[in-house]
Amino acid sequence: MAKITLDNLAHSYLPKPQSEDDYALKELNHDWQDGAAYALLGSSGCGKSTLLNIISGLLRPSQGRILFNDRDVTDAPTAERNIAQVFQFPVVYDTMTVRDNLAFPLRNRGRDEAYVAERVQEIGAMIGMEHMLDRRARGLTADAKQKISLGRGMVRKDVNALLFDEPLTVIDPHMKWELRTQLKKLHHDFGHTMIYVTHDQTEALTFADKVVVMYDGRVVQIGTPEELFQTPEHTFVGYFIGSPGMNVIPAEVNGATARIEGTELRLKRGYGDLSGKVELGVRPEFARLSRTEGLPVTVRRVEDVGRHKLVRAEVFGHDINIIADEDDDVSADMTHVVFDTDFVNVYANDWRVPGEAA
Amino acid sequence: MEKTVNQKAWFLVLPVLILVAFSAVIPLMTVVNYSVQDTFGNNQFFWAGLEWFAEMLESERMWNALGRQLMFSAIILAIEIPLGIYVALHMPKSGFWSSFCLVLMSLPLLIPWNVVGTIWQIFGRVDIGLLGYTLDALGISYNYTQDTLDAWITIIVMDVWHWTSLVALLAFAGLKSIPDAYYQAAKIDQASRWKVFRFIELPKMMGVLMIAILLRFMDSFMIYTEPFVVTGGGPGNATTLLSIDLVKMALGQFDLGPAAAFSIMYFLVILLVSWVFYTVMTNLDKQEG
Repeated sequence: MAKITLDNLAHSYLPKPQSEDDYALKELNHDWQDGAAYALLGSSGCGKSTLLNIISGLLRPSQGRILFNDRDVTDAPTAERNIAQVFQFPVVYDTMTVRDNLAFPLRNRGRDEAYVAERVQEIGAMIGMEHMLDRRARGLTADAKQKISLGRGMVRKDVNALLFDEPLTVIDPHMKWELRTQLKKLHHDFGHTMIYVTHDQTEALTFADKVVVMYDGRVVQIGTPEELFQTPEHTFVGYFIGSPGMNVIPAEVNGATARIEGTELRLKRGYGDLSGKVELGVRPEFARLSRTEGLPVTVRRVEDVGRHKLVRAEVFGHDINIIADEDDDVSADMTHVVFDTDFVNVYANDWRVPGEAA
Repeated sequence: MEKTVNQKAWFLVLPVLILVAFSAVIPLMTVVNYSVQDTFGNNQFFWAGLEWFAEMLESERMWNALGRQLMFSAIILAIEIPLGIYVALHMPKSGFWSSFCLVLMSLPLLIPWNVVGTIWQIFGRVDIGLLGYTLDALGISYNYTQDTLDAWITIIVMDVWHWTSLVALLAFAGLKSIPDAYYQAAKIDQASRWKVFRFIELPKMMGVLMIAILLRFMDSFMIYTEPFVVTGGGPGNATTLLSIDLVKMALGQFDLGPAAAFSIMYFLVILLVSWVFYTVMTNLDKQEG
């Protein structure tokens, strides 16, 4: 197991990148702590698979270095890095038995048969497939195949990190939970460094200690699920995470006062004089309807989703979502919306402004 | 689900039945007709029963032709299949050169058989052919019209030249369908090049390779035009393959009865082999699912 350091890393698929836009992965410095479980979250094409392939050595970065336990491995081939990777589509060797599949990485590294047999038995038990070790891998279900490819990764004791590239995409919904729980348990029991790429926020938030959110080739925030929820550093994090995402409303901010189309709003903190694109970000959970106080609002639609009601509304022509409790009043005379000032974030040019205590 | 039964549906099959009847069944029946009768000219026919079949089964000439035919098919399969796979493995996977290779390789497939025969017939001639003349000038004795081995080498090389592309194109299609993840996983598992081929590429190519083998076997087993144009079956009977011998017998000697009996057996052999292949292939598919 290892700490993985990304030092000034960037990658472009073009041979001679001119501007920042040419980079699929923009400059990045980050330490992946040994033994932690990370999720790399972002919409498709945001560079998360590029980053994963750089870590696994399938891609050489066009700039910067990558270090495993402070050893430079930028030019080391995949095999030498001793990592394991589980791909989106399960990769198994069809003609081999489950046992031979699991033994394959060890045999290729010339380990003796007694050790191989012992490890395969252990891993077979770990992934819950000991009873079908002698079956051919061909014709197994997708989730069984995915377990085999996970097992093939974990069979080597000295593996530096386990990488997952959207491993649950082709798995049936009811098996997804089971596999995710199993992964979490394996991480807990064995403490591998794990990096899990996904575009599914539920997967990321339930799996990882720390979530790395990527947007347009850039890491926009690294944080615990709670941090991502309460203080999104970038408006993208705000509306990508959460269901529905954060409301973003253009405003003018002066000190501790925000002005939305002339209506004033007190803020918890002071922000000085902000210029450029200034917006307020409020999660639907921290907004509530009111009769008299707050901003004037026009309710368009109320969706009852069981646990709570989802109010689709409009503030000065901007769509916003409000989550109201089951027994909250959403009648026609609720013409205003109030934000919980503790959880109103201010964004300048999409990035969060921390502000000073007022 | 309950199936509706409607006997009128048979009418929908009728056009196909008529077409197949006229294109295959009726011509075949005339052959069957000849195979059980004898004639002394004058359009007079006498019932011969299975006599011709019995005679053919004992005919050394036919067994020799069958032996040569099997040897020919076996040799070209043994060369074309591995060579085709080898070529496919070394072709550029994408980009301009990939398309270029594909076009270049399809060229031999577009040339009519008798033209291929003519090309090699001239190519191999010692007096004016580039190949024959060069070999001769290098002091290698080569003469496909007189030397049995030279004749065989010539028709085999010609067939390999003509048809390896087909195998390569099919194998290439099989290779292209393998997702990148397999190769990446193999790298991570530290699999050697041979193991990548043995455990990833070959299993994934199996389906198309079966089709390639079947096509090449049937085609080579029925080959007529190319060797006929190059060697005419000679020297002696050295390259007289089945269909060449059949034509000699039927049209050269006008032995319609024996030739017809033999055609039917020839046909049955091909049918049998195709059936075996079909069964093996569908079983492979079942295992896949």
